[in-house]
Amino acid sequence: MKNLYTEILLDYFKSPRNHGALKNPTVSGTAYGNICGDKIQIDLLLDKNGEVKKATFESDGCATSQAYASMLTEKLIGKTLEEIKNIKESEISKLFNIPINPQRAECPLISLRAAKNATTSSLHQPH
Amino acid sequence: MLNPNTIKGQFPILQRKMNGKRLAYLDNASTTQKPKCVINALTNYYETMNANIHRAAYTLSKEATAAYENSRKRVARFINAESEQEIIFTRNATESINLVAYSWGEKNIHEGTEMITSELEHHSNLLPWAELAKRKGAKILKIPMKDDYTLDMEAYEKLLSKKTRLVYITAMSNALGTVIPVKEITELAHKKTDALVLVDGAQSIAHQSTDVQDLNCDFFVFSSHKMLGPTGVGVLYAKKMLLLGMAPFLYGGDMVKAVERCKPQFNDIPWKFEAGTPNIADVIALEKAIDFLEEVGLENILKHDKELLKYAIEKFSKYPQVKLYVPPIEDASSILAFTVEGVPANDIAYIFDEEGVCIRSGVHCAQPVMEKLKVPGTARISFYLYNTKEDIDQAELALKKVIKTFE
Repeated sequence: MKNLYTEILLDYFKSPRNHGALKNPTVSGTAYGNICGDKIQIDLLLDKNGEVKKATFESDGCATSQAYASMLTEKLIGKTLEEIKNIKESEISKLFNIPINPQRAECPLISLRAAKNATTSSLHQPH
Repeated sequence: MLNPNTIKGQFPILQRKMNGKRLAYLDNASTTQKPKCVINALTNYYETMNANIHRAAYTLSKEATAAYENSRKRVARFINAESEQEIIFTRNATESINLVAYSWGEKNIHEGTEMITSELEHHSNLLPWAELAKRKGAKILKIPMKDDYTLDMEAYEKLLSKKTRLVYITAMSNALGTVIPVKEITELAHKKTDALVLVDGAQSIAHQSTDVQDLNCDFFVFSSHKMLGPTGVGVLYAKKMLLLGMAPFLYGGDMVKAVERCKPQFNDIPWKFEAGTPNIADVIALEKAIDFLEEVGLENILKHDKELLKYAIEKFSKYPQVKLYVPPIEDASSILAFTVEGVPANDIAYIFDEEGVCIRSGVHCAQPVMEKLKVPGTARISFYLYNTKEDIDQAELALKKVIKTFE
């Protein structure tokens, strides 16, 4: 049981950080799980230097993908869109600093893809 | 009464373990497992009579053709069609519905035409008609689902009008298990309008007897793989007079008698609607599935489904976190949909998987149902003739694990 649902993931699922949509995001991106169809939306608010000031997520997906989405929003603070674009999927476990269960390898990637889709969405004025 | 343990012994896959646990296969609404006789029929075909059908001069082909056409006759008897000419083999129920939408719908649905369906349909019996309505400027009206997950038949009667040309309706909801009174729906449609009725029997075919003459529906569709048969085979039943007037669906070899000077002379029914080399082996194997089901008895299967459903409801009702979405038992069949408070449906299925239990989670290709229930998705248990109370006990253990994980 604990293999799939580690304490940290369950904590992020039950008490999600940065959950919800931003009222006026600078950019927003959505992605779907290829197998599960879980939908994740990542909203980003950039400061005048083009760095992420605020990041939120919305998801109807499984506990694990929601937890990773929540964790990702914390990791994106201070990053530029270019830096987010350059995050490699193969480095995802380094990003979160926890081992990714191979059975659920796609879960953290959905939110990363949503974040990357946000980097190519139409830009509003940075706040 | 059927003996599920004896029946289970005839299904090789049910003897395996899953994730080190005894396999409890409870996803029959999605697809069913295959008895040895069906599997043997596939192997036997390829080992002894594989040849393309209908045209060759040699014995192998004649044997294959005879076996294929015998299966057609068997299907006709199984659903009490008047003639085997009324049985068309397709790839699945979805394709059967698309065939009707193109071959009948294109000519008979116009701007301003009304079509009636229900809020309980599977996407396969929604999207072909939605696209047709969009193309033609026709209107779709929906019979609402009541709070007890049955259909509002009073509302249905009010929807019928002079403009109604088609009623397309499931006989059994794949999301909630509701048994729909399709005979009554057909009677009302025929009595009050000129509408035809298409019945989606994808779920019902495996769980209750089907008599298309008694139903008097104009079209009836189902898939082989949901009734112990192989994947890749579906059936469209349609009244002969309708088929004679319908344009072909797919064009190519075998659906023509001759093509002289590039002018095709289409084949007789049903072959007019079976273009190209069909799924010969699997059509032949389907006959074995029908034999198996009729030996057990469809009425025994439905009784067994309901016994298991009652047992599962009794077990799952003990947990306050669990919400069950099940119609009154007289309208229910083999399906138990449920949610667990605070737990995404997919997580329920993931944890059940760890415990050797196969269930489905999500929208079940019935998004309108989920919207009506106001949930993003449900977990769904669906029983069949080889399931036992032990399977449900195993599911209950898995449920306890779900609750414990997320408490």
